[in-house]
Amino acid sequence: MSAADLGIAFGRVAFVMLFVLNLGGLLTWVERKQSAIMQDRIGANRASIFGFRLLGLFHPLADAIKMLTKEDFRPARADPFLFGLAPFVSVFCALVAFASIPFGDVLRVAGREIPLQAVTLNVGILYVFAMLSLGVYGVMMAGWSSANNFALLGGQRAAALMISAEIAIGASIMGVVMIYGSLNMMDIVRAQGRLFWGWLPAWGIVTQPLAFVLFLTAGIAATKRIPFDTPEGESEIIGYFIEYSGMKFGMFAMADFLETVVIAGMTTALFLGGWQVPYLVPDGFRFPWGGAVALPHLLVTLLQVGAFVVKVCAMIFVMMLIRWTLPRFRYDQAMRLGWLGLFPLSILNIVVTGIGLLLWGGRA
Amino acid sequence: MRLLQRFYLVEVLSGLALTAAHFFRNMGLHLAHALGRKTARGAVTIQYPEERRPYSPRLRSLHRLVRREDGSPRCVACMMCETVCPARCIYIVAAEHPNPEIEKVPARFDIDLGKCVFCGYCVEACPEDAIRMDTGILEFSSYSRDGMIYTKEMLLALEPAGRDGRPTSPVPIPADRRP
Ligand code: SF4
Ligand code: SF4
Repeated sequence: MSAADLGIAFGRVAFVMLFVLNLGGLLTWVERKQSAIMQDRIGANRASIFGFRLLGLFHPLADAIKMLTKEDFRPARADPFLFGLAPFVSVFCALVAFASIPFGDVLRVAGREIPLQAVTLNVGILYVFAMLSLGVYGVMMAGWSSANNFALLGGQRAAALMISAEIAIGASIMGVVMIYGSLNMMDIVRAQGRLFWGWLPAWGIVTQPLAFVLFLTAGIAATKRIPFDTPEGESEIIGYFIEYSGMKFGMFAMADFLETVVIAGMTTALFLGGWQVPYLVPDGFRFPWGGAVALPHLLVTLLQVGAFVVKVCAMIFVMMLIRWTLPRFRYDQAMRLGWLGLFPLSILNIVVTGIGLLLWGGRA
Repeated sequence: MRLLQRFYLVEVLSGLALTAAHFFRNMGLHLAHALGRKTARGAVTIQYPEERRPYSPRLRSLHRLVRREDGSPRCVACMMCETVCPARCIYIVAAEHPNPEIEKVPARFDIDLGKCVFCGYCVEACPEDAIRMDTGILEFSSYSRDGMIYTKEMLLALEPAGRDGRPTSPVPIPADRRP
């Protein structure tokens, strides 16, 4: 492997890492501001540097400083090793989950082909799910090692919620996998570039509308945020992180935000056409009504990456909208929704997709 | 529960439509405001220390002792307010007034605002209209209990609130909060 290859590999990883981390950090601001605007308020705007407030953009910074300088308390009977490890496991799994989500097509520079994806994996989808599910270990570890019954209950709930959500997620994307015939995220996104009847992009939301709803619901459950915040249960004082303080608590909160970004990225890649721009083919726009605009390769790639970022941000907006609109589910309601609602419906979706594929013979 | 409601989805969507409508309307108003249409307001927020909502003239705020023309307190140390005060937070020490027509004058007049319940009985009880609660000052805090005790000199220096209910005299800062 030459130095250039190494540099490229590093660049790909760095792009994804910085994108996810920065977006995750920014989400604290988005959450405050978006909820405020939805509720006819202004939102946090007081943190200032030299009198500049910048719409409250310094609040995430102030949060970080506050959390880093707070006392890092550990209960006397807590398991020191696991207690310290848990937040890192949570954040790590959420961070690396984004790696196999493609943010652009192949970039060709100086005779090299660079797939715009942190790591190219044939089983990309499975990898993302594996990492998302591993994240719950951090939560369970936190609940167990805190030596607090309420924390243990919170961890237990997180595990139960995660299992019911995971199954629905896995079953709902089966339809997508069946239609596009691959587990490789890049192939799935590429397959969504085709057009139905010459004008309708074959995005996942068109071919699998039910799976989209199921996936989004289960995905929001996987982020452990309202309306599925039973593991955190602030209103019940049950929560896996009740014994945590300072930056360790902050890391759990950050893991939730990172998971939001990951789920938004997954939804984009599987259902919203990933980096596809409608009617954009590798050499420019080709419109169904006949027009065509030739574009250089670099510009096309830039447009694709831009489209991916815009779609992810739009998905995050929708998820925030849901989080600030719906009341929370009770624990049993969340379980019932997962096992008696999402799971059977996703199985039904698989069956219907199978019949559809049989009848129309994989024309999609 | 109607069948439609059991499926969540329709209800969820209508809820989302409502909140999204608020979001985009307020976003548009904020934008118009930023672009110069100062009448457009995207939020009902009152930015408190800089902006205040108008206070009612009936508001019971920080007490003040009314002054005579020569600047001495109008209070005649009759102890009515001290007697009626349900929180027992007024402490008066009476003294002779140099003018023989006026019976007494308070040598000390302390109100412990840490105990005061702002019932306004002291104002009602006063036969001389010497104590009023019309300064419009609501912000008093201190780091210690002693800091909540307002003395005669502090209370005498206060002015009534303006027509809009805003305080016209500066908030007395207790000793333990002075920088
Ligand atoms: S307002 Fe009520 S509690 Fe306060 S000093 Fe007057 S009588 Fe006492
Ligand atoms: S009731 Fe009025 S005059 Fe009597 S002591 Fe109180 S303030 Fe002074």
